[in-house]
Amino acid sequence: MRRLTAAQYKQTVFDLFGSDIQVAGRFAPDTRRDGLVAVGSSWGTTTPSSFEQLETMALTIAEQALDETHRAEQVPCAPDSPTTSDDVCTEEFVRAIGPRLFRRSLTEQEIQARVAIAAKAARKTGEFHTGLRFALASLLLAPEFLFRIERGEPDPLDATRLRLTSESVASRLSYFLWNTTPDDELLAAARSGQLVSDEGLVAQVERLLASPRLEQGMRAFFTDVYSFDQLEDVSKDTLLYPAFSRTLVEHSQEQTLRVITDHLITERGDYRDLFTTRKSFMTRTLGLVYRVPVATRDGWEPMEFPAGSPRSGLLTHVSFMTLHSHPGRSSPTLRGQFVREAILCQAVPEAPADVNFTVVQETDNPQFRTARARLEAHRTDPTCANCHEIVDPIGLGLDTFDAIGAYRRTENGVEIDTSGHISGDAFDDTRDLGSLLHDHPAVAACFVENLYRYAVGRDPALSERRLLRYLEERFEESGYRLHALLKSITTSQGFRTASGARSVETAKGGET
Amino acid sequence: MSGLDRRTFLRGALGGVGVTVGLPLFDCFLNGNGTALASGAPLPLRFGTWFWGCGMNPGRWNPKTQGAGYELGPELQPIADLREHVTVLSGFNVHLDGRPNHPHKSGVIGTLTGEAPAKSKDVPAPTLDVLISDEVGSSTRFRSLELTATGSAKDSYSLRGQSVVNSSETSPIELYRRVFGQGFQDPNAGEFVPDPEVMLRQSVVSAVKDDRTRLEAQLGAHDRQRLDDYLTALRQLERQLELQLSAPPPLEACRPASPPAEGRGGSEVGHAEQTHQLMAKLLVMALACDQTRVFNVVFSYGASNLHLPGSQTGHHQLTHEEQLDEALGYQPRASYFVDRSMEAWAAFVRELSAFPEGDGSMLDNSVVMAHSETSFAKIHDVLGLPIMLAGRAGGRIQSGLHVAGAGDPVTRIGLTLQQIMGLSVDRWGSGSMETNRAVSEIFA
Repeated sequence: MRRLTAAQYKQTVFDLFGSDIQVAGRFAPDTRRDGLVAVGSSWGTTTPSSFEQLETMALTIAEQALDETHRAEQVPCAPDSPTTSDDVCTEEFVRAIGPRLFRRSLTEQEIQARVAIAAKAARKTGEFHTGLRFALASLLLAPEFLFRIERGEPDPLDATRLRLTSESVASRLSYFLWNTTPDDELLAAARSGQLVSDEGLVAQVERLLASPRLEQGMRAFFTDVYSFDQLEDVSKDTLLYPAFSRTLVEHSQEQTLRVITDHLITERGDYRDLFTTRKSFMTRTLGLVYRVPVATRDGWEPMEFPAGSPRSGLLTHVSFMTLHSHPGRSSPTLRGQFVREAILCQAVPEAPADVNFTVVQETDNPQFRTARARLEAHRTDPTCANCHEIVDPIGLGLDTFDAIGAYRRTENGVEIDTSGHISGDAFDDTRDLGSLLHDHPAVAACFVENLYRYAVGRDPALSERRLLRYLEERFEESGYRLHALLKSITTSQGFRTASGARSVETAKGGET
Repeated sequence: MSGLDRRTFLRGALGGVGVTVGLPLFDCFLNGNGTALASGAPLPLRFGTWFWGCGMNPGRWNPKTQGAGYELGPELQPIADLREHVTVLSGFNVHLDGRPNHPHKSGVIGTLTGEAPAKSKDVPAPTLDVLISDEVGSSTRFRSLELTATGSAKDSYSLRGQSVVNSSETSPIELYRRVFGQGFQDPNAGEFVPDPEVMLRQSVVSAVKDDRTRLEAQLGAHDRQRLDDYLTALRQLERQLELQLSAPPPLEACRPASPPAEGRGGSEVGHAEQTHQLMAKLLVMALACDQTRVFNVVFSYGASNLHLPGSQTGHHQLTHEEQLDEALGYQPRASYFVDRSMEAWAAFVRELSAFPEGDGSMLDNSVVMAHSETSFAKIHDVLGLPIMLAGRAGGRIQSGLHVAGAGDPVTRIGLTLQQIMGLSVDRWGSGSMETNRAVSEIFA
């Protein structure tokens, strides 16, 4: 059972009722677990305050979906009279919209409950469509809409395995690849049981991969794995960084997502090249920080940084540099931690509680004028050395980018040295760091693992290690192409198997 | 909740120090004792928490003397004129029981759940406010209201579990809309016309409840628990709709103001103070209108990100990175934010104490626990946590005392608060924090 994320809820509403529908209201914040909101969604619930909002949203969405401009699209029949109830037409409406909201066929009881609501509301208000509005709102507020219920059934070929039902495969596929609800064709394939067969599944996977909506789905994945939702909460000191603005933050996120989707989907490029690419997209707002001229007044233009530029690879983007910094200062430690956790899938231990950071702060100490010098002094403390040795030498490779990602050569008058190492493999500068990551075996493996976790909404079980290795090998064979990986994941046994029940969340069993 | 007679009330009122009684009585609304509304319902009793991040300096914060009229250290000077309303509880500890001290987590989760978390993000049990709102929250429109002054809805310590977070309101205008916008019924409006749409909304909710029954049978244990949370949320909405169908009892003090100015957002300390002040005023009115009886305010979150304009380093960074000033014996730049936080706390208490209610103030009918996640933040110390209680909880407790905990588990305070709020509980906390000893010194 996975709670729809705010983005999934909105996209589903737009796809079903029109992109001009206003989804007004606040969602409970999506919670991240083990680095992914997709995993957190398998724990997410509803609180009283979020339910209030969900009810308001359900009523206002239903009102818009059935207003005079939209109702023809939604209601497949004309009522006997616009001023009274009409159970036959209502039932036809509920039978048409219900499966698209619940992602499965409705039971007779579920249908009749909505017909009753509509009849009561139409009688009270004297308007047929107002009746439908309340029936639709009750579908939008139902747990089967707000949560994706993944149902299993015994596999006829292997009684020990609980395979996902055809309808549950459809939801998992659609939210994984498109980040939205299944379309009618996928629902039809699901209903006729095609998605539990290899051929039926492959046909739909290929159709979904070929669709322009794949970009929307992959944007959602990268937004999640890079924690871009946290950019919303980033604030910088505007006296120190006058170029910082909400627009800059929004554009920086869009820039990174454009570079990724252009490279992986449009160009069908090698995933690893993302860490070295000099190709980018610019707006004028971004141009101020990147210090490049941008001809286009309002909008985006492609550009490429010259060979030899330190702007090489995703990690040098304003988005990452801004997100992994302090409000008033860059942070090699936070940046190194991000690379370890999100790019290499490695765990970084927590800092000890009685840590002493004093020397890091002494930005006016003539002995320690750069972050490198301050962190090295800090690392001489043996209790700190363990973790900082893991993260700092990576982050220092990016320290020519300040807290909003603007390039600088010096800090306090001293030239910044961007050499470092990843677990002993040395790099000379930022560009070299990108090349090292490009060829680092953990980078591709981590991407595979993250995509798989994102798809199934949980951490892989120990028994799935072999599957992950198999996926890694296929990824390598394909020349690290996204489409090939998505196809191997969605057609794998792991993806098609129900996750199984979890015991109650207890004190000690919280985060796994 | 019951059993509050005039004698209990007076004992409470006079047990404190320098109590001022003499605010106007709203006789038409109150019973002869001034402890209840004319309808016979007692004046609502409220529970709140008020959190600030990164603690204090024990030597400068802890009062020097115990009991009434305690001597204030420099960091508590902001409450000097409110001392009669504020009880300081110093020297209470979170016991880790061999678990790691997770920075900025163990102290606050230990205080609020009675158990130190095993892992950094664990929430071992529901937080205190959730336990209390489960008991008293279903009688009002909102079970509880959560507010934060520094901008992120995620900044909330009201948790039923790790994944069940009552997220915070971040904007004064949004808070105003939620409480006084659609669905608000002015108790003093006079004539009452129920909105016919409410009954239709009820039928929507009730259909959804039936769907849930079928689903429940198909789910595993954890998912059933999540569905239970969904049901709890749904019942609160049912309650809200039910309330909207009957005329609310009149409440003299309920006079909703016009919408507030928008806060400026962000964690610059001046902006946070402004947002906090706007929200505090709205909260007081929400309480006067009996929209909720439980609230949680986060002035700054754990690992406080408060900062001054133009400064490279904020409060949390300063606690770790600033040198201890040899001459002063503390970190002056970090401590500046402790002072500002205590000023904000004083401002909050003042809002409640200045609001007349019954024959006292709203504060008299409330108890608010101010707390932080550490004592000395530089080392994330969870011993000797700074805790304060403001208010007399309708005469159930005294105020204006200093009680030194001498290393006792902080759960004694949580247990006391549950008992004050009428929960039938005689034991709370886990491991070596389990206790059956309330802080009886403060009982009236």
